Amino acid sequence: MPAVSKGDGMRGLAVFISDIRNCKSKEAEIKRINKELANIRSKFKGDKALDGYSKKKYVCKLLFIFLLGHDIDFGHMEAVNLLSSNKYTEKQIGYLFISVLVNSNSDLISLINNAIKNDLSSRNPTFMNLALHCIANVGSREMAEAFAAEVPRILVAGDTMDSVKQSAALCLLRLNRTSPDLVPMGEWTTRVVHLLNDQHLGVVTAATSLITTLAQKSPEDFKTSVSLAVARLSRIVSSASTDLQDYTYYFVAAPWLSVKLLRLLQCYPPPEDGAIRGRLTECLETILNKAQEPPKSKKVQHSNAKNAVLFEAISLIIHHDSEPTLLVRACNQLGQFLQHRETNLRYLALESMCTLASSEFSHEAVKTHIETVINALKSERDVSVRQRAVDLLYAMCDRSNAKQIVAEMLSYLETADYSIREEIVLKVAILAEKYAVDYTWYVDTILNLIRFAGDYVSDEVWYRVIQIVINRDEVQGYAAKTVFEALQAPACHENLVKVGGYILGEFGNLIAGDSRSSPLIQFDLLHSKFHLCSVPTRALLLSAYIKFINLFPEVKGTIQEVLRSDSQLRNADVELQQRAVEYLRLSCIASTDILATVLEEMPPFPERESSILAKLKRKKGPGNLHLDLDENRKERSVNGGTADHSSTTSNAKAPMPPQASAVPVLRSAGPLFQVFASPTTSTDLLGLGSTIATQNSAPPASKGASLLVDVFSGNTAAFPVETPVAVGPVADENFSRFVCKNNGVLYENQLLQIGLKSEFRQNLGRMYVFFGNKTSTQFMNFAASVVCQDALQAQLNVHAKPADPTVDGGAQLQQILNIECVSDFVDAPVLNIQFRYGGTLQNIAVKLPITLNKFFQPTEMTSLDFFQRWKQLGAPQQEVQNIFKARHSMDIEVTKAKIMGFGAALLDGVDPNPFNFVGAGVIHTKTTQVGCLLRLEPNTQAQMYRLTLRTSRGTVSQRLCDLLSEQF
Amino acid sequence: MIGGLFIYNHKGEVLISRVYRDDIGRNAVDAFRVNVIHARQQVRSPVTNIARTSFFHVKRSNIWLAAVTKQNVNAAMVFEFLYKMCDVMASYFGKISEENIKNNFVLIYELLDEILDFGYPQNSETGSLKTFITQQGIKGQHQTKEEQSQITSQVTGQIGWRREGIKYRRNELFLDVLESVNLLMSPQGQVLSAHVSGRVVMKSYLSGMPECKFGMNDKIIIDKAGKGGVTNEAGKSDLGGGGSTSGKQSIAIDDCTFNQCVRLSKFDSERSISFIPPDGEYELMRYRTTKDIILPFRVIPLVREVGRTKLEVKVVIKSNFKPSLLAQKIEVRIPTPLNTSGVQVICMKGKAKYKASENAIVWKIKRMAGMKESQISAEIELLPTNDKKKWARPPISMNFEVPFAPSGLKVRYLKVFESKLNYSDHDVIKWVRYIGRSGIYETRC
Repeated sequence: MPAVSKGDGMRGLAVFISDIRNCKSKEAEIKRINKELANIRSKFKGDKALDGYSKKKYVCKLLFIFLLGHDIDFGHMEAVNLLSSNKYTEKQIGYLFISVLVNSNSDLISLINNAIKNDLSSRNPTFMNLALHCIANVGSREMAEAFAAEVPRILVAGDTMDSVKQSAALCLLRLNRTSPDLVPMGEWTTRVVHLLNDQHLGVVTAATSLITTLAQKSPEDFKTSVSLAVARLSRIVSSASTDLQDYTYYFVAAPWLSVKLLRLLQCYPPPEDGAIRGRLTECLETILNKAQEPPKSKKVQHSNAKNAVLFEAISLIIHHDSEPTLLVRACNQLGQFLQHRETNLRYLALESMCTLASSEFSHEAVKTHIETVINALKSERDVSVRQRAVDLLYAMCDRSNAKQIVAEMLSYLETADYSIREEIVLKVAILAEKYAVDYTWYVDTILNLIRFAGDYVSDEVWYRVIQIVINRDEVQGYAAKTVFEALQAPACHENLVKVGGYILGEFGNLIAGDSRSSPLIQFDLLHSKFHLCSVPTRALLLSAYIKFINLFPEVKGTIQEVLRSDSQLRNADVELQQRAVEYLRLSCIASTDILATVLEEMPPFPERESSILAKLKRKKGPGNLHLDLDENRKERSVNGGTADHSSTTSNAKAPMPPQASAVPVLRSAGPLFQVFASPTTSTDLLGLGSTIATQNSAPPASKGASLLVDVFSGNTAAFPVETPVAVGPVADENFSRFVCKNNGVLYENQLLQIGLKSEFRQNLGRMYVFFGNKTSTQFMNFAASVVCQDALQAQLNVHAKPADPTVDGGAQLQQILNIECVSDFVDAPVLNIQFRYGGTLQNIAVKLPITLNKFFQPTEMTSLDFFQRWKQLGAPQQEVQNIFKARHSMDIEVTKAKIMGFGAALLDGVDPNPFNFVGAGVIHTKTTQVGCLLRLEPNTQAQMYRLTLRTSRGTVSQRLCDLLSEQF
Repeated sequence: MIGGLFIYNHKGEVLISRVYRDDIGRNAVDAFRVNVIHARQQVRSPVTNIARTSFFHVKRSNIWLAAVTKQNVNAAMVFEFLYKMCDVMASYFGKISEENIKNNFVLIYELLDEILDFGYPQNSETGSLKTFITQQGIKGQHQTKEEQSQITSQVTGQIGWRREGIKYRRNELFLDVLESVNLLMSPQGQVLSAHVSGRVVMKSYLSGMPECKFGMNDKIIIDKAGKGGVTNEAGKSDLGGGGSTSGKQSIAIDDCTFNQCVRLSKFDSERSISFIPPDGEYELMRYRTTKDIILPFRVIPLVREVGRTKLEVKVVIKSNFKPSLLAQKIEVRIPTPLNTSGVQVICMKGKAKYKASENAIVWKIKRMAGMKESQISAEIELLPTNDKKKWARPPISMNFEVPFAPSGLKVRYLKVFESKLNYSDHDVIKWVRYIGRSGIYETRC
C-alpha cells in the first residue's frame, strides 16, 4: 500500500481505471474486472482487518465496476463500516456507495439508518450534510419512515448551521415528493416560513423550494409566507448588484431565488393587504424597468438570468390578472422579444403572450402584435416557435380580426409542417365557427380547409359543418352551390365528397333550378366519385342517392339502375349491400308520400358544445393549451415539475364523453334507422338515440328505433353516464331511467359496465343483462345472482340462467333472466355481482329495474268507454292523486313518449282539454289482471303536474303513481 | 445473395466496406456496429436480423467480418464464403489483424471484386486467384500475352483450380486428417452428446494433371466393396489386400462435403472419391460422425461444499487410448464460483493455477501417455454474499491434442494416376498424419 498517497489520491483506483480504459476489447475488460473482483474478495476475506484507506479504495473500485454495468454482490458491509469512520473522505465514499447501490429491501438498511442517525445527531456540519444528502438521494420509503420526523427538527432548530439547514430543506422536499403521507405537518411549518427571513440566501433559496411545494398541498398553512416572500423579493430587487456578493450572478441579484419567490407567489391570489400589494407591484415594476435598462454585460448568462426573472414576473402578473397597467407593460415587453434574434426568447414570448391574450386587460394589447406574429408564422425557422405562433393567433382571435387570422392560418396551412397540421385544422375550424358572422364565409373556409389539408380534417370537423348548415336555413342554398362547385374539381378529398354527398342529398333541390346543376348532373357528379371512396363514404353516398330519389323523382330510374347493379346489390361489404337492397326496395314499393315522410329533410340538431373543441382539448395536453388560465396555473409545477407531471397527463387522459355529432339519420324511419348505424358512426348514433327518442315526435318509430339500435354494439362510452362509484350499498342511480324504457346502461364503474335489454309480454318478461369488462384483465369467479327480498319473493319469480365464471378483458358476458310476475309488487329485486379482479374480491349490488308497469298492456278505448270505466273505479282507495312540480321541461312530445314508454296506451281526443294526457292499460300478473286508467294534467304556468291514477287495486294505483311521478 | 461485406476492427470502426447491391445502404454499417459490436449484451448468435436486414458475422481475433443481405439467403453458403474469405486473406498476407488489413486494403478490395460478383460467390481458390491477383504489383511487362491468355483460359476453363504444365522434380503428397471431438458428459460419466467433426487437408506437389483417388474406411464404401459390386480396377486391386479387412472396423459418416475438385457424379454412382487436385494446400473433404467415437479422455469431478465459505474440488482425468501414444497440450479448466476469495491447489502432474480473471482453475499437462490417470484437488474459499443466487456450476472443460482420429477414420489408399507424364503411383512420396483435437469437451460437475 503506498503510504505516501494515503488520504488523498487513491493510486490503486487510478491504475485500475486506466487499465480498464486501455482494454482493447470487451473480453479484456471483463477479464480485468474479474481479476480485480477476485483481488478485492481476497482482501475483504483476509483475516487481518483492513485500514480505512484500503477499505475506501476497494469500495470505490466496486462502485466503479458497478457503474460500468457489472453486478456487485458483496462489499456492502464494508461500505456500511466506512460510514462510522471519522474521516470525511471515507464517510463520503461510504455514503456514495450506499446511495448508488443499496436497495431499500436490503438487510443492511437498519445498520445504515443507525449510522445516518448518528451522523445527524453529531455536531459536525459536514457529517450532517452527508447524512442528509444520503437520505435525499435514496429517498426510499424506509428512509422516509425513519427520518421524516427528524429532518424537520433539524431544519428549524435554532443552532443548526446554515449549510445544514439548506440540505435539510432540500432533503425534506425530496421526502415530501416521494412519500408525502409520511411527512408530518406540525408546528414546524410556521417556523419554516420564517426561514424566508434568514440572512443566508442559500437557506432562503432551499426553503422557498420547500415552501412552494408544501404550499401547493396546503395553501392555508403557508399563507403567511406571502408577505415574507414579497418583502424578500423587494429587498433583492432593490439591492445593488454588488450587495449580495456570492449570490450575484453576472450582475443579476440572486436570480434563482427571485424566480423561486415569484413562483411561490403564484400559488396564492394577489395579496389583500394594500401595503404588501403595493410593494409587490413596485417589485414587478422594477423588474420590468430593469428589462429596459441596457445590459450590464454582453455575456449570454447575464441576459438569460435577467430574462428568467422577467418571464417569471410576467407569469405572476398574468396569474394575478388584476393590474391592467402591469399587464399592458408585460405585453409590450414581450412584444419586443417577438423580434429578438434569440429563438428561445421568441418562443417564450409567444408562449407567455398566449396566456396574456386570455386576460381581458391585455387582450387588446396583445392584438397590436398581430402583424409580428403572422410574420413569425411565415418566416420562423423553428417549428416549435411556429407552433406557438399558431397558438397565439388562436388565443388572440376575436370577432374583429377573425377573418384576417383565419385567412392567414389557412394560407399557412399549405406550407405548414406535418406535425402541426391537424391542430391548425382544428383551430381554423373552431375559429371559423366561433366568430362566423356570415355563414357563407364559414362554409367557404371549411371547404377550403378540406381542400388544403383534407387528410388532417377529422370527422368532427365535417360533422360540424353539416350540423351548422342544417341548422341554418340561410346558408343551405349557398352551401349546396359551393360544394357542387368544389366537387367539380377533378381530384377532391374524400372528406369533401362526404360533405358534398350529405349536403346535396339534403339540399340539392335548392340548386336544381339552374340547368348547370340539374339533378342528373348532380347525381353524375357524385357518382363519379363513388368508386374512389372508402366504404363509409360510399354508404353515405348511397343514402344521398335515396334522398335524391325523394327530391328529384325524375332521376329515380337512373338511381335505381345504379342500386340494382351487381356492384351494389352484391357488394362484398355487408353494410353497402344492405343499404343498396333496402333503398332499392324502399324506392320501388313505397308511395311518394311515404318516401317524402321517410326521407324528409333532417331536423335541426340540438345546439351543444362544439365537438371540435373537445377534440382539440383532448389532443393537446393542458400544458400546451392556454385556454383556461386557472386550471393551467394550478397544474404548473413550481420546482421543475417532474412530480406534478403525472397529474397533468392523467388529467389530459381523463375520459371525456364523446360529443354526439351529426350523422345521417333519416327522420322517423324506424326500420332504416339501424341501417345508418354503420360501424364507424354507431357511437354517435347512440348518443343521438336518446335525444331522438325524446325530441322527435314520431312515437312508435322512435321507440322502435331505440329498440333496434343495438345499444351494446359499439362504444359503451356513448352513454354519458358518469356513475359515481358506489360499491357496497345497492346502486340504484339509474333505476328511475328504466321506468319508461327497457334498454340502456344500468350501472358503470371503472371495472364493470352493466347494460340491460329487456322485453315483457303480459305477465312474463325476459331481461338480457350484459356485463362488460372495461379493464384489460380477466374477471375470475364471476357470479351474478338475483335476490328478491321479503314479500317480493312471493310476488315475483326471477330465474337467472347460469353464466360463465370468467369475463375476459374488454369482453362482454350475457346473462338471461326470466321473469314472471305473480302478483302486484312494490320493491325491486337486487342483482348481486361478485367477481375477482386482480386478486381482490369485488362486490356490487344493483337494483334491477323490474317495475310493476313493465307488465302493462296498452288498451285502446274510446272517450265514452274511458269515462265509463273512470267512473266505475271511483272508490276512494282506488284513486291516487299526486300534485308535483315539474322536474324537467314540460315538452308535450317528451311527455307523450314517457307515458307510452311507461306502458299505457295514450288516448288522444279523450280528454276535453287537449293539453291533458290520458292513458289506459291492463297490468297482467299471474293471479289477476288489473285495469289502470291514468290522467296527467300539466299546468305550464305553475310548472306543476297533477297525476291521477285509478285502478281496481289501491296498492297498484299507489305504486304506479309513485313510479310515474318521478318521471316528469 | 450477399448485399455487402464489411470488416470492422474491435472498436467497431469500419476497415473495409464493399456494397454489392443497392438495397444495402450506408446505415447498415452503423446498424451492425450499434446492435452487435457495441451491444450491451454480448451477441452470441452469428446471424442477427436488424430492420429486415440480416447480418452474418464471423470474428477472427479482434476483427469482425460481416456479410449483409436483405434477401433470404442460404446462411450456410454465406458462412462458407466468409470462412473461405478468411482463408484467402490468410494465404495472401498471413494473420488477419487490423494492421494487416490496413496495410493490404487495396488487395482486399481487389479480392472482393474477384470472389464476389453482384453478391454471388465466384472462384475463391487461392491457387488460381494468385495467378492473376498478385501482391508484387505489375513488374513491367513481366507477364507475356501468352501467359495472360493462359490464365484466362484456365480460370474460365473446366478445371479452374489447376493450371497446366506444373512440374516438380519430386512428386510429393501430404495428407492430414484433422478432427475435433466434442463432448458433453454428466457428472456420473454418462455421455449426453458427442460428435466429431473432421477435415481431410492435403498438400500436393504433383506434376502435370494427375488424377487422384482417395479411399477410407467408410462403412458404405467398404460394404459395397465387400459385396464385390465394384468393377473399377483400383478398388479391386486394393481389395486384394483389404478383402480380409472388411470385417475390421469401418465407420459411419453422417455427412460429408467435398472440395469442388471432387467429381460428385462419381461419388454418387460409385462412392469413390476421385479428383484432379489443386496445386498446393487445400481441404479435400469435411465430415461429421456421431457413432462409436473414441473419447480420448475421461474427466471425473468431485465437488463438495463445506459450509457456506468453503468448497472442495477433486478432479481425476483418465487417458483412454493406446499406451504407446502420447497426448499433448492437455489443459483442464475448472470453473470457480463468482465469490471465490482464495484457492489452494495440489496436483501431482503438470501445473495448476487459479486464474482470477477467468474465474477458473487452469491445470496444464504437457504430455500424457495412454491408459494413465492423474488428479488434482483444490480448496476454494468463498466470501459470503448477500446474494441469494446459487452458483450455476458451469461444466469443466478440457483441451488436448492426440495423434489419432477419434472418429476411427483410416485412410486406406490414395492413388495418383498421370497418363501423359511418366511417373506412376509408386513414384509419389505420400505422407499421412492424424491429429485429434478437442472441440468443446465438457463434463458437468
